[in-house]
Amino acid sequence: MQLENLTSRQTIFAVASFGGHWIQLLRITRGLADSFTIIYSSTNPKCAAMVDGSDFVLTTDFSRWNPLRIFPSFFGFLRYFSKNRPQAVISTGAAPGLAAIIAARLFGIKTIWIDSIANAEKLSFSGRVARWIASRTYTQWPDLADGKTLFVGNVFK
Amino acid sequence: MIFVTVGTQAPFDRLIEAIDSIAPSINEKIIAQTLKGKYIPRHIEVVDFVSPDVFAEYFNNASVVVSHAGMGTIISALTSCKPLIIFPRKAALEEHRNEHQAATARRLGELQLVNVATDASSLAAFLHNRDRLIIPDRIGLQASPALIDSIAAFITT
Repeated sequence: MQLENLTSRQTIFAVASFGGHWIQLLRITRGLADSFTIIYSSTNPKCAAMVDGSDFVLTTDFSRWNPLRIFPSFFGFLRYFSKNRPQAVISTGAAPGLAAIIAARLFGIKTIWIDSIANAEKLSFSGRVARWIASRTYTQWPDLADGKTLFVGNVFK
Repeated sequence: MIFVTVGTQAPFDRLIEAIDSIAPSINEKIIAQTLKGKYIPRHIEVVDFVSPDVFAEYFNNASVVVSHAGMGTIISALTSCKPLIIFPRKAALEEHRNEHQAATARRLGELQLVNVATDASSLAAFLHNRDRLIIPDRIGLQASPALIDSIAAFITT
């Protein structure tokens, strides 16, 4: 009998905005789904159908174009983590992922930021903030790695 | 058929206008997903917003895809070996929040994954020489094992 049948599986809360961030997140969670239970969160209800069989939490979209909309997103995550404690929160961005990382840190949950591969020359704005808050930050470009931001691979292959 | 897409976030008139001006000199049907910009094209077929299913149908049926430098579309091209011409948005023209699309496009172009057009004339040159476009090698459905393993190890320790 395998060990994972004896112990309860750990849960990962995986969050990303709809679009390229979400596609990148799925390319990572596909590799984690055998070992962890994944709960997904995104900004478009259509995402739920793409992760059929997994729990899905809808959040509000926002960006620096409409920053006040961070509040419903952030407080939604706070409420969620007050009732549910995943082992870790992971995000590929963008701003709603940062809101989830900040909320999760307030509950002492381990958090991982994977900056989008779209950020080839410097970390995204959200990534530069996440770098100081998340338990671990990855870039997908080797030359953006430093002591605080790791590069080990990207979402392509 | 050539499929043109501006993504899901904002219209991209500069791309649509460039395509519309090139279209009369192209002997292939062009369908563009535009999100209803201000510019009204006269020489191409237009859809404002498409469901993911319809998007996939246009994408799969296209001989060539032309897109902003959105990572969702880029990843779709890489998983299906589709020749892709990317035309980056410029923040200086208020087409995006920052200039990351140009940098991403340049880096992915250097890796021979996509064709990068920086203006209408280079876009026309690509479209008039479609048999010379870069066709990317197919990538799998998951991120690099090194990235997935690193994330899994960090969560479980």
